[in-house]
Amino acid sequence: MDFNYTDTQDMLRDTLARFLADTYDFESRKKMIASDAGRDPGIWRALATDLGILSAPFSEEQGGLGGGAIENLIMMEELGKVIAVEPYLQTVVIGGGALKAAGGALADAVIPEIIGGNVIIGFAYAEPKGRYNLANISTTAKKDGAGYVLNGHKAVVYAAPWATHLLVTARTGGSQRERAGVDLFLIDAKSAGITRRDYPTVDGFQASEVYFENVAIPGDALLTGGIDLIEQIVDEATVAVCGEACGVTRKLHEGTLDYSKQRQQFGQPIGRFQVLQHRMADMFLEVEQIMSMTLMATLKLDLPAAERKAMVSLAKAKVSRSAKFVGQNAVQTHGGIGITQELAIGHYFKRATMIEGQFGSADWHLDRYEQLTLSDGT
Amino acid sequence: MNLEFSPEEIAFRDEVRTFIAENYPVELRGKQDEGDELSKEDFLSWHKVLAKKGWVAPAWPVEYGGTGWTPTQRYIWSEETARADCIRLMPFGLTMVGPVIYTFGTPEQKAKFLPRILSGEDWWCQGYSEPGSGSDLASLRTKAVQDGDHYVVNGQKTWTTMAQYADWGFFLVRTNADAKQQEGISFLLVDMKTPGIEVRPIITLGGEHEVNEVWLEDVRVPVENRVYEENKGWTCAKFLLAHERSGIAGVAASKRGVEKIKEIAKTEMDDDRPLLTNPFFRRKVAELEMDLTALEYTELRTLAGEAQGKGPGPESSLLKIKGSEIQQRITELTLEAAGHYGAPYFRGFGEGDNEHPIGPEYANRSAPVYFNVRKTTIYGGSNEIQRNIIAKMVLGL
Ligand SMILES: Cc1cc2nc3c(=O)[nH]c(=O)nc-3n(C[C@H](O)[C@H](O)[C@H](O)COP(=O)(O)OP(=O)(O)OC[C@H]3O[C@@H](n4cnc5c(N)ncnc54)[C@H](O)[C@@H]3O)c2cc1C
Ligand SMILES: Cc1cc2nc3c(=O)[nH]c(=O)nc-3n(C[C@H](O)[C@H](O)[C@H](O)COP(=O)(O)OP(=O)(O)OC[C@H]3O[C@@H](n4cnc5c(N)ncnc54)[C@H](O)[C@@H]3O)c2cc1C
Repeated sequence: MDFNYTDTQDMLRDTLARFLADTYDFESRKKMIASDAGRDPGIWRALATDLGILSAPFSEEQGGLGGGAIENLIMMEELGKVIAVEPYLQTVVIGGGALKAAGGALADAVIPEIIGGNVIIGFAYAEPKGRYNLANISTTAKKDGAGYVLNGHKAVVYAAPWATHLLVTARTGGSQRERAGVDLFLIDAKSAGITRRDYPTVDGFQASEVYFENVAIPGDALLTGGIDLIEQIVDEATVAVCGEACGVTRKLHEGTLDYSKQRQQFGQPIGRFQVLQHRMADMFLEVEQIMSMTLMATLKLDLPAAERKAMVSLAKAKVSRSAKFVGQNAVQTHGGIGITQELAIGHYFKRATMIEGQFGSADWHLDRYEQLTLSDGT
Repeated sequence: MNLEFSPEEIAFRDEVRTFIAENYPVELRGKQDEGDELSKEDFLSWHKVLAKKGWVAPAWPVEYGGTGWTPTQRYIWSEETARADCIRLMPFGLTMVGPVIYTFGTPEQKAKFLPRILSGEDWWCQGYSEPGSGSDLASLRTKAVQDGDHYVVNGQKTWTTMAQYADWGFFLVRTNADAKQQEGISFLLVDMKTPGIEVRPIITLGGEHEVNEVWLEDVRVPVENRVYEENKGWTCAKFLLAHERSGIAGVAASKRGVEKIKEIAKTEMDDDRPLLTNPFFRRKVAELEMDLTALEYTELRTLAGEAQGKGPGPESSLLKIKGSEIQQRITELTLEAAGHYGAPYFRGFGEGDNEHPIGPEYANRSAPVYFNVRKTTIYGGSNEIQRNIIAKMVLGL
């Protein structure tokens, strides 16, 4: 058993942490979000070229550093610590992950562009009515000669306003909710027939409603693997979000602890009140368990699908609940100042809140776990 | 012991129901307290309808403009207004400073201020909290020094709700720095247009502007605007806090909130079924109803006690704690029900903004409201402070 990071992994973390400390303080983040684009494209460029770390989770043959899920965890955790609004999850973890898994000419062509920072991907999977069932979709990709024609509406596509490419789930066959017939396509975001309605999200990102109307896409936009591939990359994304939660909740806890030492009421730091001490002790326990569950799930991503899904669900359910506990109590312990835009703590709380439901709520994941492991009553 | 309404009470309920149906301002229909940011005009339009009818301050003694309703009638009133989705009136005049003035004020103060609170002519704000004095309110440092027939006030207040609209504010100020903390505080009524007052906005997590900093520099307040004796302001403050807490349970509004969640969960699809048939979600709704019913019957017991002349005591802390927690759980469940559409940040319809909201309407403000309502366990005496009060005053610890 070994929970140690390698020297290379430590170096990756240090490099990123140092860069973010210089560029991503709370005030800078505020400015990026308030700007027209809603981000500073220079950050992404620097991650790709100056630091060269968008290559971390790709194999050496693909031009990467030979890492994988652990590298993604490190990146997501550090990005979480500054509540970065960079499209790493969508572009590298999800888009890159799908290409890695599917392989082929498209992967060979696009992965180097991801590494080089020239490609940003939005993951268009959710639909207005489907909730968390990845197979419950009505977007269609109809075979048309060598290619496909795409029609449908995808909901709340994070990073879509910045995207050069969209990774889209669509039906090539079967009926609504049928697992068979769901496929994955990586398409040019500027393809004719795509319209977007862009908006900011409550946690500081940019997202869109994306509409496809008779969008003609080439045949080689298809990433083979169907629903199994989609579930695999969503599990990888789920664990990456857990990694982000490690960073977000650690900061929530640290910020609360610091504040409780400074803030004086009744002639003493509020951290002297035992009820707050116990609460911060509980927050600490939850943050540690978030870390444990995230590492566990990261290390189980290579298991056969049923086991992988069960353990990812167990992890995400725990992380969702713990993130809620830590976020709510961070705000409560700050008192009034905790619910203002002025302090960073409230913004960490918002991101923690959105993480709770991302890729499935605690209830949804516990249900998936139960169905996979407990439903036969043995 | 009996839980039924009498025939007279049922007749009263019908009267109230009809009145609301016929008189609730058309422009307010569909607007929500929490979901939409309401303008000053919004608040005042309903206030004025009730003022005209004589129903704007049910709890006040009749001689000052109250309705003389029994606690049961008041309960019916809050049930019916919540049921009809009426916006809640601003409490600062009606349930805070009004009762202080008719309890502790001079005849001149009563004559000057009470009618204008009732009519809605004056908008009030509450200037208690300071940057260094939140839970420990008695440590407040805003200073008032007497100069002839005026006090000169200097200091800073914060979290002052809706001060941006206020004509008047009631302020706690220190008039004796040498006495024991609670014995050096006075209660002043301050015209917000007095030179030296500056109101600066504080923006909260959902993007709302509902609280402010209020800076006071050499603000001259006539001595006649002090309520009760000098250095006895804490008596007024404590009286007011107890009043503030008794209304804070918000049972009727929470009942309506639960009903709305059920309506949402009937429409919102969870994969192949309505969300309300999801056993996990449904269980949370049932648990909410369980706790809300427990709160409701606790409040009814308190109301019945009040009818027999028992004032709201430290037990009102119970109503505040449970009421605020339930309000938060309602916003939590609403956000959960919204699914993916909890994420878009939609600021409501501004002027000239005729874009459609994104996703279903109920999802639109679910996250900002959830963030905003974290305030209920913080303000009005935080829930930690309420538990301290119960430990000390009720349990004798
Ligand atoms: C099954 C069992 C086996 C045991 N075996 C052994 C053994 O082998 N050897 C041995 O020496 N002892 C043993 N103990 C004793 C055990 O260590 C004591 O019960 C324990 O230290 C608590 O002391 P107490 O029972 O006197 O409770 P108290 O110390 O009186 O505590 C009562 C309550 O007050 C709380 N409390 C006390 N101080 C604080 C504080 N500062 N802040 C907040 N809360 C506080 C406690 O948490 C507890 O809830 C055993 C006890 C049990 C129940
Ligand atoms: C939306 C909003 C509207 C408000 N409107 C008004 C208004 O109109 N007028 C006005 O005067 N004020 C208003 N307030 C202020 C409100 O009353 C204070 O926020 C509240 O009293 C808490 O004070 P604080 O924010 O300074 O937190 P602090 O007192 O600093 O508390 C921080 C944390 O420490 C805890 N704590 C403090 N002391 C103890 C203790 N002894 N034991 C255990 N825990 C403790 C608190 O419970 C809290 O969790 C408003 C606040 C909010 C958030």
